[in-house]
Amino acid sequence: MTSTSLTTGRSWRPSLSRRHVPVLATLTLLLVMYGIGVSQYRAFSNVQVIFNVFIDNGFVLVVAVGMTFVILTGGIDLSVGAVVAMTAMVSAALLRDGMPAALVLVIALLIGPILGFLMGCAIHFFDIQPFIVTLAGMFFARGMCTFISGASISITDGFWTGMSQERIGNPAGNFVSISVLIAFAVVLVAAYVLAYTRFGRNVYAVGGNAQSALLMGLPVGRTRIAVYTISGLCSAIGGILLSFYTLSGAPLIAVGMELDVIAAVVIGGTVLTGGSGYVFGTVLGVLVLGVIQTLITFDGSLNSWWTKIVIGGLLFAFILLQRLIGIRFK
Amino acid sequence: MNTLTDRLRPLTGHRLFWPALVLVVMILANTVYRPGFLAVEVKSGHLYGTPIDILRLSAPLILVALGMTLVIATGGIDLSVGSLCAISGAIACLHISEAADPNSPSTVLTALALAFGVALVLGAWNGVLVAVIGIQPIIATLILMVAGRGIAQLVTEGQIITINSEPYRAIGLGHFLTLPLAILIALAAALLVAAFTRRTALGLIVESVGGNAEASRLAGIRSRRIVFLVYVVSAACAAIAGFMVTANVSSADGNAAGLWIELDAILAVVIGGTSLAGGRFSLSGTVLGALIIQTLTTTVYAMNISPQTSLLFKAVVVIAVCLVQAPAFRARFRRRRRGVEPGPATPQREKEQVPA
Repeated sequence: MTSTSLTTGRSWRPSLSRRHVPVLATLTLLLVMYGIGVSQYRAFSNVQVIFNVFIDNGFVLVVAVGMTFVILTGGIDLSVGAVVAMTAMVSAALLRDGMPAALVLVIALLIGPILGFLMGCAIHFFDIQPFIVTLAGMFFARGMCTFISGASISITDGFWTGMSQERIGNPAGNFVSISVLIAFAVVLVAAYVLAYTRFGRNVYAVGGNAQSALLMGLPVGRTRIAVYTISGLCSAIGGILLSFYTLSGAPLIAVGMELDVIAAVVIGGTVLTGGSGYVFGTVLGVLVLGVIQTLITFDGSLNSWWTKIVIGGLLFAFILLQRLIGIRFK
Repeated sequence: MNTLTDRLRPLTGHRLFWPALVLVVMILANTVYRPGFLAVEVKSGHLYGTPIDILRLSAPLILVALGMTLVIATGGIDLSVGSLCAISGAIACLHISEAADPNSPSTVLTALALAFGVALVLGAWNGVLVAVIGIQPIIATLILMVAGRGIAQLVTEGQIITINSEPYRAIGLGHFLTLPLAILIALAAALLVAAFTRRTALGLIVESVGGNAEASRLAGIRSRRIVFLVYVVSAACAAIAGFMVTANVSSADGNAAGLWIELDAILAVVIGGTSLAGGRFSLSGTVLGALIIQTLTTTVYAMNISPQTSLLFKAVVVIAVCLVQAPAFRARFRRRRRGVEPGPATPQREKEQVPA
């Protein structure tokens, strides 16, 4: 992706290809896993399998894009899973009370960014670690879920069911859902913002070295607050997509999702100390997780906990890789 | 409890004042809401009552938080403790459930030793990743946090292993000298860690490594070895906490055992005044922080609020305590008070900002 335009942020490292090694490794891994799937199971080569990975992971993709922004600045956002659940919960509750769908969408899409903005402010103005602030945000959002309702609320609204059942596909019968298109739109916008806008460069600069960015006169505080707001917005969009997908809001949905998302971002080659990584890598990271799940489903004899062990192993492999090729060598 | 915190205040000065105050206020609020809150009675030679319950239930958290304090003091963080709780509990329960005589002390001791050994190995794995390979602590322990849940479920094969073993059950629910055994274990661990860190130079060395690992290496401290050590200690603490958690319910659940205990432990450490940046730590603050979290949970249960909603209160308390302790916030507050004298209006406003 558009790497040449990004090198200015970190021009002290001349070897361009090194920055691409993690992303290329993820791509190779993805292709190898897909190859294994195709060679082992006949049905795996069906295009719909790939589409299903996107359909099942559309909301994860959106949330992971938001997390990429935060991690690029060297922060972390633990609240995403809870915000996703809260957004789905709020929309379900408001729809149940008979509010028009358009208004519900607006309200649901506002909650996440507002919470993200407040967390960003606490992180920037009071210098509290992002880890603790977003942890409190996670507790708050998760608490709000049960506060709204202890049981899951189903959604029967016409717009929601329409979005859920609409299939966009070709005559051969392969299709994607509208959620996938929304997720793609978010990915494209995010990739454009990071690569071509002033704000995107600020994000890389803050993550590379916040002190230097400040001395260069970049708006460090504004950038930092903005990335948490963006992450909140992405979580809110993810929550809406999840409510399209499940047609309900449940208080305990998406528990532990933040871990999957962070894992996807890291596997996608973004360095956790910030300053290096691509949205495209995050997309690959999410796909890797999705294909692992699909492979384990196809196998049938492996149990769901193998997913976690494999993800853990992959995390280890990729961090070791980042270490070996010496990105951000301290 | 009141006298305990009162006695701590002059000892530790201003640092523990706010956490202690929060605990006292919470206990007072409880006593007003439910006059019998502080009542402790003796039944068949054992002490019973809400304060004792709080102490007993906070024992696993205190243990995990003690290890976490040391890790955080070196500037690291250990996210894997919850998974380690699940793994150690699962291994111990598996061994006991497969043994011929689950009630024999030797079976239980073997199970404990086995699980403890595995936990030490996993702690060493964390230590190697951080100290030798040099991976960021948060991500190095994230590996085991994600994979560990899978390993725990692998051990239990996705089932909940139920055991019927008196000696093992005693770890969580037994009594010794009228007090629940769990409290005594946590107390012993706290005293042991305190003795090793505050009565020897170890604590100072840990703090110096957290302050600046490179500088302390140049000063002749084997900082890598210290970093490695704290992750092993943290894993050991997590293992014992895992025994308690599983003994409480006499069963091991790979999914639920020790879930989110790492977050609670980090909160306890932060509430206790240990900076996440490393370089200094306060063991008494950590114990106080763990007690605050457990008192809050118990309070919320007693008020008939659903356990999940208690997270709302936790969020408010966490942000309030962190804000009060944040140097940037204090500086602002002090500046304003010197200028316009608006009194305590500032912290109030910040507290309200969170749930908005």
